[in-house]
Amino acid sequence: MTDTSQLHRIESRRLALYGSLLVLPSVFMLSLFAFWPTLATLWASLFSKGTSRRPSSFIGLDNYESLFANPDFWQVVGNNLIYAGVTIPVSIALALGMALWANARIPARAMVRIAYFTPAMLPMVAAANLWLFFYTPDIGVLDRLFGLVGIGGTNWLGQPETALASVIVVTIWKEAGFFMIFYLAALQTIPPDLKEAALIEGAGRWTYFRRILLPLLMPTTLFVMVNAMINSVKLIDHLFILTKGGPNNASKLILYWIWENAFSYFDRPMAAALTVLVLIVLGIVALIQFAVLERRIHYR
Amino acid sequence: MSIATPTYASRTSVTLDAVGALLLAVLWIAPLAFALWAAFHTPQGALSFDLFAPVTLDNFRTAWAGAPWPRYFLNTTMLVTVILAGQLFFCTLAGYAFARFHFPGSDLLFMLILLQLFILPEVLIVENYAMVSRLGLFDSILGIGAPYMASAFGIFLLRQAFKGVPRELEEAARVEGCGWTGVLWRVYIPAAKPVYLAYALVSIATHWNNFLWPLIVTNSNESRPLTVGLSLFAAPESGVNIAVISAATLFTIAPLLVAFLIFQRQFIQAFLRAGIR
Repeated sequence: MTDTSQLHRIESRRLALYGSLLVLPSVFMLSLFAFWPTLATLWASLFSKGTSRRPSSFIGLDNYESLFANPDFWQVVGNNLIYAGVTIPVSIALALGMALWANARIPARAMVRIAYFTPAMLPMVAAANLWLFFYTPDIGVLDRLFGLVGIGGTNWLGQPETALASVIVVTIWKEAGFFMIFYLAALQTIPPDLKEAALIEGAGRWTYFRRILLPLLMPTTLFVMVNAMINSVKLIDHLFILTKGGPNNASKLILYWIWENAFSYFDRPMAAALTVLVLIVLGIVALIQFAVLERRIHYR
Repeated sequence: MSIATPTYASRTSVTLDAVGALLLAVLWIAPLAFALWAAFHTPQGALSFDLFAPVTLDNFRTAWAGAPWPRYFLNTTMLVTVILAGQLFFCTLAGYAFARFHFPGSDLLFMLILLQLFILPEVLIVENYAMVSRLGLFDSILGIGAPYMASAFGIFLLRQAFKGVPRELEEAARVEGCGWTGVLWRVYIPAAKPVYLAYALVSIATHWNNFLWPLIVTNSNESRPLTVGLSLFAAPESGVNIAVISAATLFTIAPLLVAFLIFQRQFIQAFLRAGIR
C-alpha cells in the first residue's frame, strides 16, 4: 500500500517537473520582453536624465512631478482622452450598424461585408497614405468636395482645429469593420423567431433593438469595448504619416509622445515615467476585464 | 389590413436598409478606390479627377524603382515566418503545460502571463529596445520578432484548445505506449488544428502590418519590413507625388489583401476565434 502511494507521489512530482520544464522557455522569453522591461521601466522612471556633465541620479518621483507640471503633458493626455472618447463609442456604434446591415436581407450583401471589413486588413501606415489623398489641402478629395459648395481650401492636417479629428476619422475607418465581425457572429446566434415573436407582440423595430437585441449583444459589446480601449492607446502608427503629432501637439497621443521622448529627445527617464502611467491605465482596463467580465465573453 | 400594414412598413425599411448599407459600403471603400484610380493615372490626371485621363503604369514603375521593395518583401516574409514559428513553439509547450500539468505556482504563473495581454509590447518600447540592443539583436529580423514570440494570447488560446480535448484520447495513446511528448504530438496538436490555423492567420495579418516596434528596432534596409519601408518612401521629405505613393501603398498591401479576398471565410473565422493578438 505504501509502495503504490509512494510511487504515485514520485510520478506526480515527475509530472510537475515535466510541466514546469514545458513553461520554462515561455517564462524565459516573457521575462526578457515583458516582466523585466516592466520593472526596468518603473526603476528608470525614478532617475534623472543623464548629461555629459551630470550623470543620471536617483530623483524619486521628480519625473512624475515635472510631467504633471508640464502643460504639454495635459494636452497630450487630453488629446488621448478625446481620441478614446470619440473612437470607442463611434466605432462600436458603427460596427453594430454595419453588422445589422450586413446581416439583413440586402442586395450585394457579400460585397458590402467585404467593403466594411477590408480596411481592417490594411496596415495603419498604408491607411494613412490612402487618407493623405483626402486630406491634402486644395488638391485633396475633401477640399475638392467642399470646393463644390464654395468652401475654400482647408489644411486638414496642418491646423490645430482639425488635425486630431482627421486622425480620429482614420482610426474609426480602420476599426469599425473589424469590430463588425464580432457583432455579426453574435447576431447569427440569435434565433430569428425571437424577432418574429416580438413583432407579433406588437413591439416596433426600435423597441426590439433596444429591449431585446442590445441586451443580448451586451457580452460582445463589452468584449469589443475592451479591445477599443486598448486600441486607443496602441493605434498611433498613422500619426507618423499624417501629422507627427502636430501642429503644436494638437494631435499628439501618449504612445507617440513616449516614442518621441525616448527616440527623438533621448529623454528615457521621462519616457519611462509616461510608460508607467500608461501601464497603470492598461492595468485598470485589465481589472475591468477580469473583475467585471470574468470569463463570460469570448474567452471560453 | 392589420397584417398588410407591417409588411408594407417592413418592405420600405428593407429598401432603406439596403440603400443605407450600400452608401456606407461605397463610403468605406472610397479611400481604397481612389488610391486604385490614382495609381493608374498620371499625377496630373489623378489630381484633377479627370475621368478620361490616360491610364498608365508609370507610377508603379517609378515606385518600384524608388526603394528596395524586393528586400522589404523578403524581410516581411521572413519576419512573419520567424514570429509564427517562435509562437507555435513557445505557446504550444506552455499551453500544454497549463492545460495538463499542475506544478507549484502554476496558477499564479498563468495569471502573470495573462497580464501580458495588457502589458503590450508596443508600450514597453523603451526597455525592449534596450533589451534587444543588449542581446545584440538590434537591426535584425530576430530582434523585431523576439518580443512577440512567447505570446500570452497564444498560450491562453492553446491552453483552452488543449483543455477541450477529451481525456479518453490521451489515455488511449498512453495505453499504446506514448510518452507525454508523444501525447502532445499525436493527440493534442492534431486535435487543436483549427485553433492553430486561426492563430496563424491572425499572427500573420498582425505582423505583416506591424509598424512602430519594427521602426524603432531597425536601422537598415537589410532588416526593414514593408511597413517601415513604405513610411520612409512616402515621407513628405522624400517629395514623392501622391499617385506614386498610391502605387507603392497598393503593392505593399496587395499580398495580404489578395490572400484575404481568397480566404475570406477562414480569415474572418480566425479573427473571431482569436480576435485579439
